[in-house]
Amino acid sequence: MSATATPAPSKSPAPTSGPNTPAPPPPCRAPGGRLRRWLGNGLVQAFLAVVGLVWITPVAGLLLSSLRSADDSASSGWWTALNAPGQLSLDNYTALLANAGITRAFWNTVLISVPTTVLVVGIAALAGYAFAWLEFPGRDWIFLAVVALLVVPVQVGLLPVAKLFGQLGLFGTIPGVVLFHVAYGLPFAVFLLRNYFADIPREMLEAARMDGGGEWRIFTRLVLPVGRPAIASLAIFQFLWVWNDMLVALLFADSSSQPLTVELQSQVRQFGSNIDVLAPGAFLSLIVPVVVFFAFQRHFVQGVMAGSVK
Amino acid sequence: MTTLTTPVGAASPRRRAQRRRRTIAVAFVLPALLLLGALVVYPVLFSVGRSFFDASGSRFVGGENYAEMFRDPATLTAIRNSAIWVVVAPTLLTGLGLILAVLVEKVRWATAFKLLLFMPMAVSFLAAGIIFRLAYEEDPDKGVLNAAVVGVHDAFTGTSSYPAARPRDDQGLRKTPDGSYGTAAAVSPGRTVDLGLVGVSPKDMPAEAKPASTAKAGADEVRGAVYLDFTPGGGGRPGAIDPAERGLPGLTVEAVRDGRTVATSTTAADGSYRFAGLTDGSYTVRLPAANFAPPYEGVSWLGPALVTPAIIGAYLWIWTGFAMVLIGAGLSSLPRDALEAARMDGASEWQVFRRITVPLLAPVLTVVFVTLVINVMKVFDLIYIIAPGPVQEDATVLATQMWLVSFGGGNDQGLGSALGVLLLLLVIPAMVFNVRRFRRSQS
Repeated sequence: MSATATPAPSKSPAPTSGPNTPAPPPPCRAPGGRLRRWLGNGLVQAFLAVVGLVWITPVAGLLLSSLRSADDSASSGWWTALNAPGQLSLDNYTALLANAGITRAFWNTVLISVPTTVLVVGIAALAGYAFAWLEFPGRDWIFLAVVALLVVPVQVGLLPVAKLFGQLGLFGTIPGVVLFHVAYGLPFAVFLLRNYFADIPREMLEAARMDGGGEWRIFTRLVLPVGRPAIASLAIFQFLWVWNDMLVALLFADSSSQPLTVELQSQVRQFGSNIDVLAPGAFLSLIVPVVVFFAFQRHFVQGVMAGSVK
Repeated sequence: MTTLTTPVGAASPRRRAQRRRRTIAVAFVLPALLLLGALVVYPVLFSVGRSFFDASGSRFVGGENYAEMFRDPATLTAIRNSAIWVVVAPTLLTGLGLILAVLVEKVRWATAFKLLLFMPMAVSFLAAGIIFRLAYEEDPDKGVLNAAVVGVHDAFTGTSSYPAARPRDDQGLRKTPDGSYGTAAAVSPGRTVDLGLVGVSPKDMPAEAKPASTAKAGADEVRGAVYLDFTPGGGGRPGAIDPAERGLPGLTVEAVRDGRTVATSTTAADGSYRFAGLTDGSYTVRLPAANFAPPYEGVSWLGPALVTPAIIGAYLWIWTGFAMVLIGAGLSSLPRDALEAARMDGASEWQVFRRITVPLLAPVLTVVFVTLVINVMKVFDLIYIIAPGPVQEDATVLATQMWLVSFGGGNDQGLGSALGVLLLLLVIPAMVFNVRRFRRSQS
């Protein structure tokens, strides 16, 4: 599972003659060509290295800041810790885990994102299968309408659904947040799974029907296993989407059901005086998605690529 | 494979089976359609309707909320900022993604580089916002960006190391209105003029500073030393160079005659300076104000003027990897032969890029651009987190303004709904593009 959607490292083409020999360039005619190419490649490497450094520095800054005391953060920049490793300690994290508000927010995040993911995948798989392989009137038009809903911004739904949830007693509860996320995750999920399921060979399904399998049986025994790659990509994308959400929870969750993002957001107002809480908190909220990212690179990249149409 | 032959038998069981299949199909799609209907379709219709009513929802006002949108300065700022976002961010991202996608193919560590740049896509806008609040911190001692900017600035223009330095009172130096210090008495060539300053703390003393010393001035010279007139541990005499007192290197000293600067010198490590070749007359020795200028403090990233570009910068950090990987995928599906043939024909890399790669990639670039437009339109968290409270109104976009107007104190749900509907209308072209592309891929 470690392969990514990106091409494999360029080890594969043409065996190289030595450890430091660059992959043989296409034959060059001008004698200066090889030197120019070599120099050009050096420049490219240097440029990309600088870009990489620019990309990693902000995260390094957050990590180091999260390990420094409030006094250190108030008086000097995080980079001073590179020369004075004595500044670094896990005290902030110990304090964070002892902070009841933060730990509850962390569990709320889990309680919101896991059920949402399960529900979106389940409901969308059912609908995706029906849109792909079952006959009912208006099927293709309804599916097109679902695709059109892909780009309805969450913002349009906030106010009306807040009123609706208010009447139903769901406002300010975890189930309310979950339901909202499920609804706004569905268009993309249905779209993705319908397209994937549609590629299942017709013969496979016909054979299963001939064997007397009911639709439910075909769905659970054939469609779900075959659709596993798409389902995995979808599940990862959906999980991260909800894990990282702030806007929806900002409105629909109250102080006892709010996730980590909202809890931390409420502390941003005093930014500067509370870096010892904000930085480790942000790192805590960031580490789960990053671990998921590195563990499931391929599914993640595919999921995000497909999901970007949202 | 054999195909199904129509089962023989009466029509009615067949129709009943068909009806049963339909019921099952409806049961499969029903949960999705119910949720979508109640929580997506109904809210869209409700918002459209609500946008024609006033703040409390009791009075029909027609298009008044939409007109108000273009009158209210706050929403106008939001519309203007959204326009900036939608033009600038996708353009920069597509361009940056294209350049990096082409370049990264030339190095061996392409995969590692792609992973690194893609990683921010996993991070929440909140975490990214906190990361960049830290980076954009204005104090160059805390914000890494300003630390870098100040470092570069000082490397080119030099620093004034003595912002708080000043002479003791009544030691012959006078402050002029422009902030420089000059000798109160006239100075003529052949004189030695030592200028004592205080107000430089030991930790701010340059490392190269040596004990102050002066030499006898020649007939056409004025010489002297600028020194720190303070003996650590006490015991020094004010106004004279004591053995433990060090010179202040790097100061600009000017000789002024009749209001014109006729000679300039910079103090050495022992604080000494020298003006040679002066004609007879009376001069003033002056320490210009630039010596005492407050240090350069860097850029106010999150001030009203730069807050939107600064947040777009954070957005680039998040999305560049996405653009690069998507364009890279398109790049790897280009016909290699065409590129190689062009190279064999002697085309330069730039010509290959400009004449072959970019035109062939145009469809992919369009997809990336449209996708980014949709996402940029909805940017909310990043602005909400990065823009400091007082600057929020300068950074606001449609999505944040809709929130502020509806929930964040504005409490005008009519105007809020209208802003939501505007947001929806603006993404509809992108929606049409997506649906068209989807239908084309189906046929």
